[in-house]
Amino acid sequence: MGSYALHRTGAAIATLAAASVIIFFFIHLIPGDPIHVLLGDTATPDQVDALRAKLGLDQPIILQYFRWLANVARGDFGTSIFFQMPVLKVIGDGAETSILLATITMIWITIIGVPVGVIAAMRHGSWLDQGLSGVAMLFASIPTFWVGLYLILIFAAWLGWLPSSGYPSIFEQGGLANLRYLLLPSLALAAPNAALILRLTRASMLDVAREDYIRTARAKGIRPMRVILRHILRNALLAVVSAFGFTFAALISEAVVTETVFALPGIGQLVVQSILRRDYPVIQGIILVTVVLYLAVNLLVDLSYRLLDPRVELQ
Amino acid sequence: MLRVSDLSISIGSPDNYIDIVSSVSFEIGRGEILGLVGESGCGKSMTSLAVMGLLAKGGPWVRTGRAELSGFDVIHAEPYERVEAGHGGIAMIFQEPMSSLNPVMTIGEQIEEAINVHQRVTGSRQNLTARDYLEMVRIADAAMQINAYPHQLSGGMRQRVMIAIALACQPQVLIADEPTTALDVTVQAQILSLLRELCDTLGLSILFITHDLGVVAQLVDRVAVMYAGRVVETAAVDRVFDAAAHPYTAALMSCLPDPAHRVRRLVTIPGQAAKPGQITKGCAFAPRCAYAVDICREDPLPYAMLADNHRALCLFPRGVVR
Ligand SMILES: Nc1ncnc2c1ncn2[C@@H]1O[C@H](COP(=O)(O)OP(=O)(O)OP(=O)(O)O)[C@@H](O)[C@H]1O
Ligand SMILES: [Mg+2]
Repeated sequence: MGSYALHRTGAAIATLAAASVIIFFFIHLIPGDPIHVLLGDTATPDQVDALRAKLGLDQPIILQYFRWLANVARGDFGTSIFFQMPVLKVIGDGAETSILLATITMIWITIIGVPVGVIAAMRHGSWLDQGLSGVAMLFASIPTFWVGLYLILIFAAWLGWLPSSGYPSIFEQGGLANLRYLLLPSLALAAPNAALILRLTRASMLDVAREDYIRTARAKGIRPMRVILRHILRNALLAVVSAFGFTFAALISEAVVTETVFALPGIGQLVVQSILRRDYPVIQGIILVTVVLYLAVNLLVDLSYRLLDPRVELQ
Repeated sequence: MLRVSDLSISIGSPDNYIDIVSSVSFEIGRGEILGLVGESGCGKSMTSLAVMGLLAKGGPWVRTGRAELSGFDVIHAEPYERVEAGHGGIAMIFQEPMSSLNPVMTIGEQIEEAINVHQRVTGSRQNLTARDYLEMVRIADAAMQINAYPHQLSGGMRQRVMIAIALACQPQVLIADEPTTALDVTVQAQILSLLRELCDTLGLSILFITHDLGVVAQLVDRVAVMYAGRVVETAAVDRVFDAAAHPYTAALMSCLPDPAHRVRRLVTIPGQAAKPGQITKGCAFAPRCAYAVDICREDPLPYAMLADNHRALCLFPRGVVR
């Protein structure tokens, strides 16, 4: 266990180091620069040079990289060029929306994808299965923003049940009831991913059902429902759990679109705007935090996989 | 104990079917081991799965026949239906011990599952634990192995665990479908002697499926020989080896080098085994039979009843006519 954790941590640090290089240099490859965004087109060359020196952007890029890295290592992500605030504070403001959105979406994906996949597998070949698989296929192939727009149209514009945009913090006026602002965005974000998990659960259940040990379980005389839940599902989940890692990666990129459609003040919006503003420290900070999060989720997936499957030993 | 009669298993629709097993009958007495032998594809596994109620939906189905266990017909019941109706008495072990155990459950859990089902239904308080069953199948340090997962055990051990699970179902009849084919020879011998022992000590009846005549000679009391979905001969094991009445059985036996060395050898009989649905009239073996005459290819055959429980599906059983 100890050596396993060590191994994983080492791998994570290596990934982070590689990611930091890629992040840093690619961002500086984007044409345009923050000075013009900040000062506008009327700035004199002197003003531009002065600001560039002040922000340290006149240094060689390698030097900038190592300075940034050294600061990050001390927990200092720098100052947003645009907001003139610490990067961590800027990210923190958007984090609440994004984390809640991701969490609620993951819950939808799990409670829709897995049980409906199980039902489809149990009834496989029936009209119910064909209907569910058809709907899943549809949702897996239409883009998130499209689902989002229709959800807004139906539930916000026509029925008027739910707000169509924005998200006031749950720590402000309204409290937990503000979560209703995230209902439609999370459903839109969950739709394609829940559809994938549904299809995977169904396929994996049907695969496992053909295994010899399922025949053994039935031969014992245990009831079909117990065979399905204790024997088939338990083994089918192994494939599904490892897919959650990929699902999370998909969520990160799709969240950008969803936050834009629903005008949510989240990290996704922030990253898009920061790219337009060439706010390098913020972009770098967000991507680095995302990579860390992604590594953490994959570690979690890996650990739960090892808990579920005794054949994979911790070493 | 177990009496299977007129069992036909078919593929296709009820109006347009092909029999892959046709009109199979045999019975197994208490404490007896019946060997079901025959070439690959002759329908041995189908027969045993049908008796167990394990034929998968949408595949081959039972068209006719009964399987009476202590007088009750269990042929159309799935195992859980049979068990809950109080006829738990059949259990089964399979050819592939490597894949027949659930990889994510400990062997203790898998045995307990069977114990729970059958104790709840029979209401019996034998109070045997998973550990007792592991000891019954001669697994050393059962107390430790009980928490092992299948992948931690060898093939022979896993087949013992399968037997332990089967025993936990409190069976009167154990169906063993080529239980030693996937194991190496020494392990195979251990499993065989374990089965013989269980048969003698518990009065267990065993339907032992194999195409290994060496195992037949060693282990079984009586033999049913299958050919192309039919039982062509049933007799005590000695008579099968020494006085085979059906030309197919005789041909099988003559492929053995010497009765004293009843070891496995490739069976070579001229021609190819009949495929399901290929032969609809007369004797399925006629095209390969050295003694076949015209009437063999005509109408349905009667069983020739020979001495003491010896039957052959042949118009001219050898040793009688010649
Ligand atoms: N799902 C199916 N559909 C059609 N035919 C099938 C199906 N399953 C099995 N059969 C046929 O049924 C026949 C009997 O198969 P079975 O598995 O019982 O043979 P077996 O005697 O057990 O052979 P082996 O010694 O190889 O295990 C075979 O000819 C096979 O082709
Ligand atoms: Mg078979």
